Amino acid sequence: MKKIIKYVFTDILRNKIVLGYTAFLLVMSLSVFNLEDNTSKGLLSLLNVVLIIVPLVSVIFSTIYIYNSAEFVELLVSQPLRRKHIWTSLYTGLAGSLSLAFLIGAGVPILLYAPAGTGAVMTGMGLLLTIIFVSIALLAAVITRDKAKGIGMAIFLWLYFALLFDGLVLFILFQFQDYPLEKFMLVATAFNPIDLSRIMILLKMDISALMGFTGAVFRDFFGSGTGFIIAIGILVTWAAVLFWLSLRRFNRKDL
Amino acid sequence: MRCLTCILILLLYIQTAAARTLKVGRQQAFTTIAAAIAVAQNNDTVLVEAGIYREKNLIISRSIVLLGLNHPELDGEKKYEIITIRADNVVVDGFKLSHSGVSSLDDLAGIRIHNCHNVTVRNNILDDTFFGIYSQLGINCTIENNKLTAYGEAELQSGNGIHCWKSDSMKIIANTVSGHRDGIYFEFVTNSIIWRNDSYNNIRYGLHFMFSHNDAYITNIFRNNGAGVAVMYSHGVKMIHNFFEKNWGDAAYGLLLKEISDSYIDGNYFNENTSGIYMEGTSRLEVVQNVFSFNGWGMKIQASCMDNTITRNNFQSNTFDVGTNGSLVLNSFEQNYWDKYEGYDLNRDNTGDVPYRPVSMYSMIVEKNPAAMMLFRSFITSLLDRSEKILPTLTPENLKDDHPLMKPLPL
Repeated sequence: MKKIIKYVFTDILRNKIVLGYTAFLLVMSLSVFNLEDNTSKGLLSLLNVVLIIVPLVSVIFSTIYIYNSAEFVELLVSQPLRRKHIWTSLYTGLAGSLSLAFLIGAGVPILLYAPAGTGAVMTGMGLLLTIIFVSIALLAAVITRDKAKGIGMAIFLWLYFALLFDGLVLFILFQFQDYPLEKFMLVATAFNPIDLSRIMILLKMDISALMGFTGAVFRDFFGSGTGFIIAIGILVTWAAVLFWLSLRRFNRKDL
Repeated sequence: MRCLTCILILLLYIQTAAARTLKVGRQQAFTTIAAAIAVAQNNDTVLVEAGIYREKNLIISRSIVLLGLNHPELDGEKKYEIITIRADNVVVDGFKLSHSGVSSLDDLAGIRIHNCHNVTVRNNILDDTFFGIYSQLGINCTIENNKLTAYGEAELQSGNGIHCWKSDSMKIIANTVSGHRDGIYFEFVTNSIIWRNDSYNNIRYGLHFMFSHNDAYITNIFRNNGAGVAVMYSHGVKMIHNFFEKNWGDAAYGLLLKEISDSYIDGNYFNENTSGIYMEGTSRLEVVQNVFSFNGWGMKIQASCMDNTITRNNFQSNTFDVGTNGSLVLNSFEQNYWDKYEGYDLNRDNTGDVPYRPVSMYSMIVEKNPAAMMLFRSFITSLLDRSEKILPTLTPENLKDDHPLMKPLPL
């Protein structure tokens, strides 16, 4: 299993696209911090990168990688190896290398330039989002054999989490605006890792004062130590459950 | 001739009698200030040497000058009001007053001006007083160059720094106030001026106006106060060249205006406040040549405001430029600079050819449905704002600047 992880890891790290992704993140974050005169504005610009671009790149790259290594997987399956180990190694390799790319590209500048608390939360959320969206990619890739369909599904899932879910929330908010919806909102965020990480990051920034009553409700819950742990727990659960679903599917799949 | 000399000598005698100086100190004729005050006549000077004096409550009921050398300390022992002034033309200069009593029944103060006029309180240091300088029915008094520090923690258990009630023609100049409930508090105070003061880290407001008409406050700094500055239920207030900075928090405003009319806001700087100006029920205000930068909301104008003109201001780097809560707009925005303006200027006259709408769709959504704040800074809200810019549906049709400037004003 270690050998497969090592192989996948080095294979991806040599990949020009991942190198390009790392370089892009690095240039982006360094220029953002150097151009803006105060770091909190720089962090706000990077917020969009972490919430939109990191999931997108993770999900598309991973899906394509899984499809491209279909023959390699077939070869491995023919060897005396357990399927569980093969799939887990693939996942570990992908998530690990993309996380490393994010850590070098965005994590290091953020931790260098931004205040410690906010920077740490932002880096942590970026890493968790990378892992979650690799899980989503694995699920999408294992569901269908058709490459176009699989990539389409992955992109659609990204679109759903990045955009459509929020649209849906907004729709519900207006349909039920006569009711107190703060508790509902709190629960709703758990169903979208991107929203949850956005709120976790915003709560760490002083801009959260603009969030008014709803912000206060969120701060009460997520701002506390237990709330923070719960949020991390939810995000890890997202990654774990999606991976587990894809693993179950892979175990029974006729390759 | 002899008669005249007599009169002259008599006059001279009266003159010297009037200008007596009573010295208070360890090696002086008087060892306590209270003893000196008791014998002092009108126009005398009581000169107090440095040291610590525990005199309970000093009541000044003649027109004297109470002068401190090197800031002698008057200790209120956390029980008493320290100085009470009950006579006209009194001067209190150069003392350090510390630890006044705390009582929410009597509003104990460091220095109280009680129903008199032409009193001057200057160059004093007030440390850990409940109320700092309290003017009650004072007329034409000057409160100048004092430094007031309190260590209040809760709003209800602390007093105001400079508190004026039912006073007129007051001059509040160059004081520094921190740690009180309200830095400077005006209630029923008219025709007064607040100039060059620095009010910071107060628990509630840096400056608080209630029912105080025709006053001016000029070149003051209000920084880091719990809720900024509040001006309420007054008319004819001039607010010129003040700095409203870092009033940041859930319920903080740079400047809160409620039921204000016929007033003038000129040349102020609003930096890093949750809301730069919050207006409710204001009418006929002129907001000119101010700078709004790095605020959450530059201005929040409720639909209850009317006939206000907002002209030639700079709006830069605010999260939301203007917020409002209804579609009714009876105010005018003209010739402001908005850094978010994306229009063009074909004839190069430095005025944009397309109107600018400072209210974003998302700020309207939040105003209608506060729970939508959950989507703050999300992708969908920026998309909605974009589409709303092209085709306004939710934002008030009339809230727009028809002649936005292309370049910031040199303010």
